[in-house]
Amino acid sequence: MTGTHRRRTRVVAAVTAIALVGLMACGSTKTKSGGNAAGDTSAPGVTKDSILVGTTQPLTGPAAPGYSKISAAMTAYFKYANEQGGVNGRKVTLKVLDDGYNPANTATKTRQLVLQDKVFALLGSLGTPTHTAVLDFIKTNKVPDLFVASGSRSWNQPAKYPTTFGWQPDYTVEGKILGDYVKKTFAGKKVCSFGQGDDFGTDGVQGVEAVLGSTALASKQTYTPTNTNVGPQVAALKSAGCQVVVSFTVPGFTALELGTAAKLGFHPQFVVSNVGSDIVTLTGFLKEATVPLLEGMVSDSYLPIPTDASNSWIKLFQTVNQKYNNNVPFDGNVLYGMSVAYTFLQAVKAAGKTLNRGSLTAAVEKGGFTGPGLTPFRFSASDHSGFAGTQVAVIKGGVATPTGSIFTTDDSNGPLTVYSGSAATAPANGLP
Amino acid sequence: MALLRSTLVRHLVLLALGALALVLLTGSLSTFHNYELAGLGAYVCTAAGLTVLTGLNGQISLGHAALMAIGGYTVALLQIRFSDRAITGLWVLPLSLLAGAAVTGVAAAVVGVAAARLRGPYLAGVTLALGVALPALTSRFTSVFKGDQGLSVPFDPPPASLGANFAVERWQAWISLGAALIVLFFLANLNRSAIGRHFRAVRDDEVAAQLSGLSVPRVQILAFTVSGVAAGLGGGVFAVSLQTASPGSFDLTLSLALLSAVVIGGLGSLAGAVWGSIIVVYLGIVLRGFVDDLGLSAASAQKLHDNLPNAAFGLLLVLVMLILPGGIQGLLRRLAGVAPVDRLRRGRPEPFAAAIAQHSSSPPPSGGQQ
Repeated sequence: MTGTHRRRTRVVAAVTAIALVGLMACGSTKTKSGGNAAGDTSAPGVTKDSILVGTTQPLTGPAAPGYSKISAAMTAYFKYANEQGGVNGRKVTLKVLDDGYNPANTATKTRQLVLQDKVFALLGSLGTPTHTAVLDFIKTNKVPDLFVASGSRSWNQPAKYPTTFGWQPDYTVEGKILGDYVKKTFAGKKVCSFGQGDDFGTDGVQGVEAVLGSTALASKQTYTPTNTNVGPQVAALKSAGCQVVVSFTVPGFTALELGTAAKLGFHPQFVVSNVGSDIVTLTGFLKEATVPLLEGMVSDSYLPIPTDASNSWIKLFQTVNQKYNNNVPFDGNVLYGMSVAYTFLQAVKAAGKTLNRGSLTAAVEKGGFTGPGLTPFRFSASDHSGFAGTQVAVIKGGVATPTGSIFTTDDSNGPLTVYSGSAATAPANGLP
Repeated sequence: MALLRSTLVRHLVLLALGALALVLLTGSLSTFHNYELAGLGAYVCTAAGLTVLTGLNGQISLGHAALMAIGGYTVALLQIRFSDRAITGLWVLPLSLLAGAAVTGVAAAVVGVAAARLRGPYLAGVTLALGVALPALTSRFTSVFKGDQGLSVPFDPPPASLGANFAVERWQAWISLGAALIVLFFLANLNRSAIGRHFRAVRDDEVAAQLSGLSVPRVQILAFTVSGVAAGLGGGVFAVSLQTASPGSFDLTLSLALLSAVVIGGLGSLAGAVWGSIIVVYLGIVLRGFVDDLGLSAASAQKLHDNLPNAAFGLLLVLVMLILPGGIQGLLRRLAGVAPVDRLRRGRPEPFAAAIAQHSSSPPPSGGQQ
């Protein structure tokens, strides 16, 4: 083969390649108009008598204890509502996929729900690390992403993620209210933090620091949900001489933290944010040590206490739990799941007869929902975060008791405001 | 037909045909299947690099997922920077992917230095340790890597010229499979070059290779680097296809699946790496779908989800080693009646001197080095 020949063949080959790349570029030019978030009239998964929604949940893995009950409670509540005719003549079906609290799984499961199962909306998908991984995907597919089961501030970015909405108060709001309680009740004590090593922990600690000062925490420890050894972190908190430990943990890691601390003879005042403090869930880990280990623990809640039988919502949900949820132990997770389901039914009702993705997101942005929450929602076109605040509770003898006022606040440096309104009464038939 | 005798031309034609197949295939599949294809592209990139390392150079790696993680995180960190500064353009993502591949190449060279001193199970042990330890670093430095949550991977939407309704998933499949084609093209040429012959010479007989003037460690480090570049690109496109880089996506299971893929496909064969990746990816999908349809409780479904594909790969691996030591590609070659181009690990190694003689009498290979 001569040099010129070889050069020629290379030129021919290069030209062929370029031509084919050009062909690639004009491969597909199907044109259909895609709507924007507000006026999106598409409604996959909706028929005149049904709505299909999807959710990713940790049915297994490090966050499953406790949290795996949430989607079952949601399904139970929809079953109950469907038996009474549903909302606007439509019955709701919830497709639950397990992601094991592993963001890599969430990426695939969420695509399965949206692209393959063609769900109308995502509802209550659980977890900060998991759901953060799919925000961009949700945005490009314009799926209403309602009431993410996490308090990360990431859900409240209407300009960046127009279809994503939070539900529970964000962790920074919780951190501020817990921080305020610490400041007033444990003045002069050395305060530290223990948080999940992602936005969950970071947002929460940021709230605490917003109240106590950015250098107030003597030691800030984090954990990874896939590593169940928290010995080094708890030992570090002990050696730093912490007297108050504010924790942003999932229930399994609250239990590990309390158990490890007890083993090390370390007994600070524990302050644990709402998602990690459900007593029934912690009992599953701590067994007979529950009452002594939880004695005096401070937490907070934005929903009524699950054991408060005088509350109309608790009564309603307990009835539904008995009939449609195999009468599982009624705890904060069951309450949470049913409350989210109720808010969703309200949103669907508000969206009206012509239900589509645009009308649903518009209905949530319009807000005005009521429910079991202690404070109102903040939903508006410029605010996609959920409940505006919480109330501190102290655990005594294995029972949580609310103390002090209900506070609302923002997620930056705004002050705490006392909220004096009262929650609505539950409707008799459980339908909005 | 004379043109096809030139390796470079033949590979360019194959590359163009592959690109055409990519366009047609992604256009005819649903968006969800395009998403799965994007994952497949990442497997092919990495498996191709791994088959060069293990099949052609004789070095084993049980930690290639960790190398993919380096590529994936590099791309994520760069893309976040670009996105924060609102830098957009068609060149942005390729630049990040190249950087990811380059950084991984450097890291792999470092691993290669250690690997060049180790043999057999010791090498397997070191790479296994790498595969376990490296993803754990993400929870050591949470402020940079955000622990298990990982980093998001923002990237520009598909260019407007492709049409308003061009799905992002299809674009991701193009990126991923495009990268796989480029990797296959470069490795195929490398395979046919002097460097490829050096790789094989060192694999077959280190002493003979040394006597012929080759520096064995240098060749081994080079093989690791090449393999690392491919894995880095694979990790980069994997992160783009998932739109996130998290330690959970680069776990030990992935390393083992990749090794299964190259063995099942046919060790040392690039086409085999493609077949193996297809089997590993789609067998996994089929088996997981099967488990979902069984209607088991979440706990048992999850156990089967994780373990059934692994068990299947393991079983397949054993069967392939027993029945088809040349893997799928070996079987295809046998069916087509083509003698194996490259001797595989089974049987006596090709005598080095004979190999040299054979190669120097054949027409000059690609690249025009002679």
